[in-house]
Amino acid sequence: MTEVLIIGAGPAGLAAARAARRRGASVVVLDSSDQLGGQYWRHLPAERPSAREHTLHHHFRRFQALSRELEQDAGCRVLRNAQVWAIEQGGGPGASAGPGAVHVLLGEPDGTHRERLVFRPDRIVLATGAHDRTLPFPGWDLPGVVTGGAAQALAKGERIVVGDRVVVAGAGPFLLPVAAALAKTGSGVVGVFEASGTPTLARGWLPQPWQLVSAGGKAFELAGYVAGQLRHRIPYSTGRAVIAAHGTDRVEAVTIAGIDADWVPIPGTKRRIAADAVCVSHGFTPRLELAIAAGCALGPERFVTVDDGQQTTVAGVHAAGEITGIGGVDLALAEGEIAGHVAAGGTVADPAVAGAVRRRRVFARFARRIEAAHGIGSGWPAVLEADTIVCRCEEVTYGRLCSIADSTASRSLRALKLSTRAGLGICQGRICGRSIEELLQARTGGLGDGSSTDRRPIAAPIRLGELAAGITAHPATDHLTDTAKGTQ
Amino acid sequence: MLPAGDDPIRPAAPTPLAITLDGERLEGVAGQSIAGVILASGRLGFRRTSAAGRPRGIFCGIGVCFDCLVEVDGARDVRACQRRAVDGNVVITQHDALPVPPSSERGGRDD
Repeated sequence: MTEVLIIGAGPAGLAAARAARRRGASVVVLDSSDQLGGQYWRHLPAERPSAREHTLHHHFRRFQALSRELEQDAGCRVLRNAQVWAIEQGGGPGASAGPGAVHVLLGEPDGTHRERLVFRPDRIVLATGAHDRTLPFPGWDLPGVVTGGAAQALAKGERIVVGDRVVVAGAGPFLLPVAAALAKTGSGVVGVFEASGTPTLARGWLPQPWQLVSAGGKAFELAGYVAGQLRHRIPYSTGRAVIAAHGTDRVEAVTIAGIDADWVPIPGTKRRIAADAVCVSHGFTPRLELAIAAGCALGPERFVTVDDGQQTTVAGVHAAGEITGIGGVDLALAEGEIAGHVAAGGTVADPAVAGAVRRRRVFARFARRIEAAHGIGSGWPAVLEADTIVCRCEEVTYGRLCSIADSTASRSLRALKLSTRAGLGICQGRICGRSIEELLQARTGGLGDGSSTDRRPIAAPIRLGELAAGITAHPATDHLTDTAKGTQ
Repeated sequence: MLPAGDDPIRPAAPTPLAITLDGERLEGVAGQSIAGVILASGRLGFRRTSAAGRPRGIFCGIGVCFDCLVEVDGARDVRACQRRAVDGNVVITQHDALPVPPSSERGGRDD
């Protein structure tokens, strides 16, 4: 029986697991969280049952049905709190072609005595998702300034009231569900400030409107958020950005300004407003480290390259969801279904996935419109001051980044990271990496070594004691782990 | 936290728990993350950065940024947003001072 290992239990991973099971494979699903559903379906833990939790989510009943089906299925093992920290490339002397070993830590997040497991599956489906990309601006390191993803997680997963005067800003349709989640959790939202101006939004959204009709579910989801905005009386303005957050030990106010089509602030448009929380997201960064470590090629837009069957450039490794292109839940579900089916031995021409293939086509078009309407403007660094933190972990300021870049002849990203320390902190450049690359690119006139901040061979911190403790067998996965296979 | 009685999703009565943060008792409910308990107590910043000593707290909320690191029951570098609170957790805020380079020590003596 084909053994399929699925990494990530968000919409794409869960859809892949179900499809792989229906095609007859034996399936293991890993997720670093103690819940299924990923960030999209981030929900309250079992200790906090709520009668009407589904009202906070879209497709929540679908999620519940999907996770119940997998959990009741003896052929599908779901491992929560399972952090993949390294993935090897397949091949090598004597090895058959296919994916390499997958190294996992099992136990509470950042624990001290987690179990180490090693999987050698026949096929892998990578469904690692994405996280918010928030561009730096003065004051973005103040407590109270959070990403849109944090606002969502605190609202849906914790029921935390983020503030009484919350500013939501950045770019993209994701700002709408963020504002909705805040309002439904009792936070007061002062306004939503979308960076894209009306002409750019219209260029992305208005041509070929019949495509929106075929993407019905998604359009209705967005329409629902717009209705929610009206109901909660949340002002929505376009062509505006938070260009600074103010406060000493926490955020107390923000400066909003009008910005042009390239996102450069327009003189004379500054306005200061009081705020006790700021939620800012400018888009998403795909979580690529495992795909890169596995040897998968990326396309020019820096997403994992896949074929019609969601197969990457590495034999036996499939990818689905946001790592193949930011497209939202419907696209992720369709891609996951195809990836799981093909990984289990099916083909993309099979009638079982005809519906998913059609949905993938429709929602991929939808995703391209979002990028056209909300893509980051190249003039974003105009808001940076010399003392603005650009790398949060290493506390590297924009002034320091520029002065070091100016004083060295090096055009290598790797060398500049070492000399500036930007991107070398504990988040491994996940938060600042792409912004640092763009800043250095502009400052040096072009980086030369072709490296990127997406490469992280150790995908998650592992304690030295855990590394030294060696690999343990796990009864639930004996048939799949290294220890068991070694004896076969 | 939104009081259970005001929450439109109609939560069941939560199970209370308590942790300490730098010795101060904070009350929460079972299932909250450590960050959730701290934020619900009204505290936003709970780490000090190494170089500038600036306050940090929750930023990404999903385990990516590592800004919310705390010590939990003696184990350092735990992401508060990822770890569920357990009744009795002893949580200590972290401030990791930068190591002093040997050259600056020598420079100090020479002065």
